[in-house]
Amino acid sequence: MSVPGQPLSSAFDEALAGTPAAAGPVRDKGGSARREQFARLRRSKTFIAGAAIIGFWVLCAIFGSLVVQDPLAANPIGDLQAPSVDHLFGTDRLGRDVFARVIVGAQGILITAPLATVLGTVLGTVLGLVTGYFRGAVDDVLSRIIDAFLALPVTIVGMLAIVALGPSKLTVICVVGLVFAPIIARTVRAAVLGEREMDYVAAARLRNERTSYVLFAEILPNVMGPVMVEFTVRLGYAVFAIATLSFLGFGIQPPAPDWGLQVAEHYGLINGGFWWAVLFPAAAITSLVIAVNLVADGVTQAFER
Amino acid sequence: MLSIIIFLMAQVLPGDVARRILGPFADQRAVDVLNHELGTDRSLLTQYLDWIGGVLTGDLGESQSLRRPVSEVLWPALQNSAKLAVLAFVIVVPLAVLGGVTAARHEGRLRDRIISIGGLSATAIPEFVWAVTLLIVFSLGLGLFPSTAQFPDGAGPLTQLEYLILPALCLVFVLFGYIARMARAGTIEALDADYTRTAVIKGLPERTVIRRHVLRNSLLPTIAVVATQIGYLFGGLVVVEFIFNYNGLGQLLFRAAQTKDFPLLQSSVLLIGVVYLVATLVADILYSVLNPRVRLGSAE
Repeated sequence: MSVPGQPLSSAFDEALAGTPAAAGPVRDKGGSARREQFARLRRSKTFIAGAAIIGFWVLCAIFGSLVVQDPLAANPIGDLQAPSVDHLFGTDRLGRDVFARVIVGAQGILITAPLATVLGTVLGTVLGLVTGYFRGAVDDVLSRIIDAFLALPVTIVGMLAIVALGPSKLTVICVVGLVFAPIIARTVRAAVLGEREMDYVAAARLRNERTSYVLFAEILPNVMGPVMVEFTVRLGYAVFAIATLSFLGFGIQPPAPDWGLQVAEHYGLINGGFWWAVLFPAAAITSLVIAVNLVADGVTQAFER
Repeated sequence: MLSIIIFLMAQVLPGDVARRILGPFADQRAVDVLNHELGTDRSLLTQYLDWIGGVLTGDLGESQSLRRPVSEVLWPALQNSAKLAVLAFVIVVPLAVLGGVTAARHEGRLRDRIISIGGLSATAIPEFVWAVTLLIVFSLGLGLFPSTAQFPDGAGPLTQLEYLILPALCLVFVLFGYIARMARAGTIEALDADYTRTAVIKGLPERTVIRRHVLRNSLLPTIAVVATQIGYLFGGLVVVEFIFNYNGLGQLLFRAAQTKDFPLLQSSVLLIGVVYLVATLVADILYSVLNPRVRLGSAE
């Protein structure tokens, strides 16, 4: 599993995402093979369950503010009230309705996490295609940089970068995206290494196609399986990383409602018995990460058999 | 072996320190200024000698926010973090291996699904969510454990354990899934192998087959994962030490980042890099000790 000199983390990632190279070059994925994959996806119970929960939070993020009370309305007299009929989840230390803040709080993470993952996937896929296809010096240099990146935990790299750049949604998206790019690049590279020896690549080259055409029109469609899997798996990590960063105060800034931030603002009050301001946002994060991971599990099962 | 060390060293040590601290979008002038202040614009060799000299004499510079030498705050923090990390690993490794092997032996059946999905979910949930959940249940609900990890000075080992158990558990939950997953995959592979079939056919009891033939092979990738997780662990430590107000390396790093205390920040990140390096190295050595195939391969 582990080759000395290679980062050991690859052993784990391969186990997680399945061995991309072994996913195998299925020719003509545009046809029956791909339909088969999506059919398998629709039958997958874990995928359906995960998608349903994510769908619920997406609805909350879009329409939530129309239904619930004002998540920003502070009420100094009614602070830290226990859950009741008026306030289903109680009120927080500024007397704001926790239920409203949990529902509307879905917005922040549902915007940042997918955008960060899309950024990371696009960059990583391009990087992986280029390194895998050209090999040689380009590959060596880029792979070295990628390895150096992977030596430090995401949370710490993210923290350092955000400290330097100042916290904002855009920074969080860019930082998480950039950290993910090399990880995704490694998986794509492994898949491209298998593809570049195939006859259809040689044929395209003999037809004198431009390199960009060979890369994006010929090879890319055939490595979409591993790319899809990486995307959903990374989405789970993105939710994890962004929630953690915003908990540490490096993400979305108050008074905006955000789950990680809500937990951070109130965990010190747990011992005073005020558990509701912490438990409900924490439960919301839990449901979202589990949902994303269920979807990722379903996608992995469907695309890598 | 030496080549591995040097190779990893080159990877782990930050190239452009100021660029790393200021991030990829910082102004080039700011980077240059900071590099000059830190002395990192000098030639690599000078820096390296300076750094080695500093490390050998225990001089890592002075922390700007704490107004104390970095080494003075760094070592106790490392010890504290190590205590927490060791406790977490002592709990999680046997548990995760047991879980992984159990899941593998019942592959595809209910027990496997419960362990796999449970492990996956436990791993996916951020540490701070685990931390507050544990706090609500054990500290507030049952009143069993204190809500801070910082034990009083001079506390005995048992008291320390009582303070450290909740933060360690947070790390355990997040690590469990990764390790159990590897142990499961390795065990399934080993159970399928010819030597296992031979062992079963020659009439060895199942217990012996698992212990002598399957475990030895299935735990190899698991060791690799455990080592990788040590690097990851520091990310988790930042969060856990912050919540439980524990004076470890993670909290030190967090405070350094908040106060933009560059000497302290630099040394902490460096230390984490070194610990990761050592962990990877130890894993490589262990790997070859446990795996005769690798050992023979490198001897030839």
